[in-house]
Amino acid sequence: MASITFKHVEKTYPGNVTVVPDLNLEIKDKEFVILVGPSGCGKSTTLRMIAGLEDITSGELYIGDRVVNDVAPKDRNIAMVFQNYALYPHMTVYKNIAFGLMQAKVPKDEIDRRVHEAAKALDLEHLLNRKPKALSGGQRQRVALGRAMVRNPAVFLLDEPLSNLDAKLRTAMRAEISRLHKRLQTTFVYVTHDQTEAMTMGDRIVVMKNGIIQQNDTPQTLYDRPCNLFVAGFIGSPQMNFMDAVIAKKGDAYTAQVCGNTIPLAPSMDKKALAAYVGKTVVLGIRPEDVEAVGSGERHDLEAKIEIAELMGAEINLHLDCQGNKLVVRAPSTYAGREGDVGALRLKTEKIHLFDKETEVAIAH
Amino acid sequence: MKSASLERSRTMSKVLTYAALILGTVIMIFPFVWMILTSLKSVPESMKIPPTIFPAELIVSNFSDAVASLPFGHLYLNTALMVFFRVVCAIAFSSMAGYAFAKLQFRGKGLLFGIVLVQMSLPSQIFIIPQYQMVAKMGMANTVFALVFPGIVSAFGVFFLRQTYLGIPTEIGEAAYLDGCNQWQTFYKVMFPLTGTSVAALTIFTAVFAYGDLMWPLVVNSDLQMMTLSSGLATLRGQFSTNFPVLMAGSLLAMLPMVILYLIFQRQFIEGIASTGGK
Ligand SMILES: Nc1ncnc2c1ncn2[C@@H]1O[C@H](COP(=O)(O)OP(=O)(O)O)[C@@H](O)[C@H]1O
Ligand SMILES: [Mg+2]
Repeated sequence: MASITFKHVEKTYPGNVTVVPDLNLEIKDKEFVILVGPSGCGKSTTLRMIAGLEDITSGELYIGDRVVNDVAPKDRNIAMVFQNYALYPHMTVYKNIAFGLMQAKVPKDEIDRRVHEAAKALDLEHLLNRKPKALSGGQRQRVALGRAMVRNPAVFLLDEPLSNLDAKLRTAMRAEISRLHKRLQTTFVYVTHDQTEAMTMGDRIVVMKNGIIQQNDTPQTLYDRPCNLFVAGFIGSPQMNFMDAVIAKKGDAYTAQVCGNTIPLAPSMDKKALAAYVGKTVVLGIRPEDVEAVGSGERHDLEAKIEIAELMGAEINLHLDCQGNKLVVRAPSTYAGREGDVGALRLKTEKIHLFDKETEVAIAH
Repeated sequence: MKSASLERSRTMSKVLTYAALILGTVIMIFPFVWMILTSLKSVPESMKIPPTIFPAELIVSNFSDAVASLPFGHLYLNTALMVFFRVVCAIAFSSMAGYAFAKLQFRGKGLLFGIVLVQMSLPSQIFIIPQYQMVAKMGMANTVFALVFPGIVSAFGVFFLRQTYLGIPTEIGEAAYLDGCNQWQTFYKVMFPLTGTSVAALTIFTAVFAYGDLMWPLVVNSDLQMMTLSSGLATLRGQFSTNFPVLMAGSLLAMLPMVILYLIFQRQFIEGIASTGGK
């Protein structure tokens, strides 16, 4: 049983730098949870508190139903993979993987069995006698995973494990780590600043900013119903488009006025929430994939000047300007408009998100 | 046309480089050659003005005279013990202190390291009198311990190894901690083995310095049996006259072990001296 629970956890570094003010988080047994957020938001600090590498200033941290604030890392039944791998340069791959078990005085033949088992799973068997220096980045990464694996930990902690790899290898290792999680059936806590990794790997994503959890939900919910502007902008690539809009009510229906155009809001939106904003300026968000570039003769909601058209192969990324509002739209490569033209845009109105301009909190989706 | 002149200027610069290097080598090697030549001269010839270059007659007995006038066996042994223990102490204590300064957090770290830096920047001569008083109070004058004493801790070594430990990623130590190492195990199983190059450099630096140290052995061990090669040889310099050929013969004998070691460890020697920035 290796759930992890933060109860009012605070972390203040010497010099009165409070990095995590009041963290409350529950990670279930066998779950793959991603901590994501911009650099410096306290992800590593949070992970390192679970590992026992950082003291907890106040509050309680549970692993299972045991408070581990004062438990030594080696007794927490965790294993950690570092961003720079932190392999022992003077030891062979075998010894790197075996070291923790040797420290724990596990019998030699048992160590041997486990090291070979891990090496086999990670395709490292032919490298066991090499030193880390003689390995490629991807191989080092796998050794680091192997070192964590052999200890059969209840919790795997991974701190940006893929950020030192090139793009192609990263995609491959992403799949490998996901497979590893399925195979091992243990709790994974994975830190990254990369929203693609977060979206593709996690059962659940915890978005952090300045040490505060912004939203904690499944990737799909995060994508469909971001709770504030920050999450909306952080999750998804290219980024969600934001435009100022004024809410109006016409009969029973609500509309948003965006740079001189009236856009009907989907009837599925929370009417009660909208009512409070009639006549007020809000932020309208819509993802690039939810805007269609259409011919100027067709029904459309907005017109915007095409500033840049990036051909991506199957698609064109259009960067547009609508009276000062910058937009990015994905159009099929057959789209006729070119730089300098005025493009007609049709919004999938049921995919519109509205946010309070002051508090940045989501109003309705 | 153009390439020919380029070729010529390249050749020219090569010639100049070699000329400078040869000149440098001659200047460096001349005292050594002079020493060998003097060790084979008679006393009157060695003091002749203008000097002769080659001995008129080879006086090989200078060497047996040197061996007869000094207890070379003791001198070799004392020197070897002094060098050995100074090296071991420098490595052990500098490694531990360097690791602590680089990787551990403790109160007063900045101040303590400041003291190390101050000690390193002061000339070692100013410590000779207080150090002598300490050894004398312990009643340890005229012992091997006395010879080793100032080399037990090396401020330079602490500084040098601290730099080395700073260069090792903190995560490696943390990984060891997670793997169940305590602080001491992290140090000796994981961190210390990563400092091999620096430890080798410090070994050579310390050994060369200890071997050449004259002042301290001369001050602390007045008993000829307890002297080192350097201080023993110094006794051959008389107050009024010095038998230079015998002194040179003795010096050559004293150099012998170092020359042999150098020939064996030539590469490490050069790398070591280069990386400590000594000389
Ligand atoms: N040992 C430390 N002492 C003081 N401040 C620290 C220390 N470690 C990290 N910080 C600060 O804490 C903040 C969060 O760091 P970190 O958890 O590493 O962020 P992330 O992993 O999200 O990029 C940063 O602003 C960083 O400067
Ligand atoms: Mg980090």
